[in-house]
Amino acid sequence: MLQRSKYKVIREVLIEWIIRICGISAVVFVFAIFLFVFWQGKGLIFSGDFDFWKFLTTKEWYPASENNPRYGVSALIAGTVSVTVLAMIIAVPFGLGAALFISEFCSPKLKETLKIVIELLAAIPSVVWGFIGLTIMNHLIMELFGAPIGLTVLNGAIILALMSVPIIVSIGEDALQAVPDSYREAGIGLGVTRWQMVYKVLLPAAKNGLLAAVLLGVGRAIGETMAVLMATGHAVHIPFDAEFPFLHGLDSVRTLTATIAAELGETARDSSHYQVLFIIGILLFTITFAVNLTADLIVKGVKGK
Amino acid sequence: MSNENQYAIVTEDLDLWYGDFQALEKVSLNLSGGIITGLIGPSGCGKTTFLRCLNRVNERYGNVRTEGTINLLGKNIYDPDVSLIELRKSVGMVFQRPNPLPISVYENVVFGLRIHSPRSELKRSVLDEAVEQALREVMLWDDLKDNLKQKATELQLEQQQKLCIARLLPLKPEIILMDEPCSALDVEATSAIEELMLTLSGKYTIVIVTHNMAQARRISDECIFMLLGEIIEHDRTENLFLNPKNSKTSDYIEGRYG
Repeated sequence: MLQRSKYKVIREVLIEWIIRICGISAVVFVFAIFLFVFWQGKGLIFSGDFDFWKFLTTKEWYPASENNPRYGVSALIAGTVSVTVLAMIIAVPFGLGAALFISEFCSPKLKETLKIVIELLAAIPSVVWGFIGLTIMNHLIMELFGAPIGLTVLNGAIILALMSVPIIVSIGEDALQAVPDSYREAGIGLGVTRWQMVYKVLLPAAKNGLLAAVLLGVGRAIGETMAVLMATGHAVHIPFDAEFPFLHGLDSVRTLTATIAAELGETARDSSHYQVLFIIGILLFTITFAVNLTADLIVKGVKGK
Repeated sequence: MSNENQYAIVTEDLDLWYGDFQALEKVSLNLSGGIITGLIGPSGCGKTTFLRCLNRVNERYGNVRTEGTINLLGKNIYDPDVSLIELRKSVGMVFQRPNPLPISVYENVVFGLRIHSPRSELKRSVLDEAVEQALREVMLWDDLKDNLKQKATELQLEQQQKLCIARLLPLKPEIILMDEPCSALDVEATSAIEELMLTLSGKYTIVIVTHNMAQARRISDECIFMLLGEIIEHDRTENLFLNPKNSKTSDYIEGRYG
């Protein structure tokens, strides 16, 4: 009676292993992808005539030059950073404001509707956002600012902001929902106004979760490719200069991601141009990894306490 | 009534509905000032609901409807022109589970001052003095004076609950409402909080909801027995426990139900 059949024993073990493999596979894939990207780029890194510091700090990007190819990505980094920063300046107030509204101020019915709509916003493919940048935003920026071309930092940043807002809203809303109701009652009991409730009670209590929401939005913005490729004009250019030491929002730029997407198809396999694109991949991977890890550690910090 | 002024809280025909469910029925009470009034009754009898009417915290849930009047501090708090912020400043509340905010002990105590006073009045010395005075009043100063920067949520539960009382005091409330303030605490912490309540009575009008009849007997001056949203009996505590006038009260006190 107490004896289990062989079949049942084997089935248990098998199921256990299948589940285990599913769990581990995510880790394996991440490492495999990193190794693959590194492998493709390693020929140039270890070739001796590749100077990593020069790669990061010079702005000449002439990978296709016949006799003097130069690989400097500082303009591309400046492109990525400027678009991302401007996108966040737009997206963070909107995203956190929307999260606060959905979590604290609107009726349950409106809340459900808004959540569905915001999830829909996240589901729009990035190439469709690119269309919007290329057509509507392009014309708008030319008309409003009198710019010669509307495919600019500003255009890309607005598109990216619209794409990151859903992430910031949904994670920010989770963070606010996680604030215990007893904190709200404490605040109400002491007579806070609605605005004081937000900045004296909710923001301090949810600050780690909200910061994580913002960082995940940043990660999304850095990694985005197709929409920025279409919206930023694809010109290798640093949108700053000494005369006017602020961001030139109406300059065209090119980002790290867009460069890979646009050029990888046209390079010969294992040429140094091909390999340098993979080194950019490693760079991107490192940046997004750092951002996500920071977000993760911040969230863990909440739970640790 | 000619001597109405001696009462701190006067309610008349207070009805309250959660949606279709009537939780309070024609509650008319006169609560005297400067004493501890205990509210007892079985679960769901409306005692917490009644308490939460006194500073209108009930209304944060959308489906609550209230009729009747509650006069305190010389005003019907259900008048449309009442300032809820001022009301809650004068009527403090202590909750079932200690709920200090996740900021430092110091900031918890001055929280009320910070939200109710203009920034220019909040000099460091004023705040420091308020913290010391409030913590002394709740007998926490000696324990915490060196740890004012500590996060309040890391304190022991007893200290947290005392801190929740302390943070009301800088606002100089007239009335303190306590909703089963000891239900999350162990025996020793409970007796420490009770001792604290006794020292505070006289200075403040305290209304306490409790499940614990022995506690009501130990600390309250007057006691109210509620059942199914109605007031059954309101009397001096010793009278209510020793000579209950209503048979429902005596049945409850003797533990025949509830």
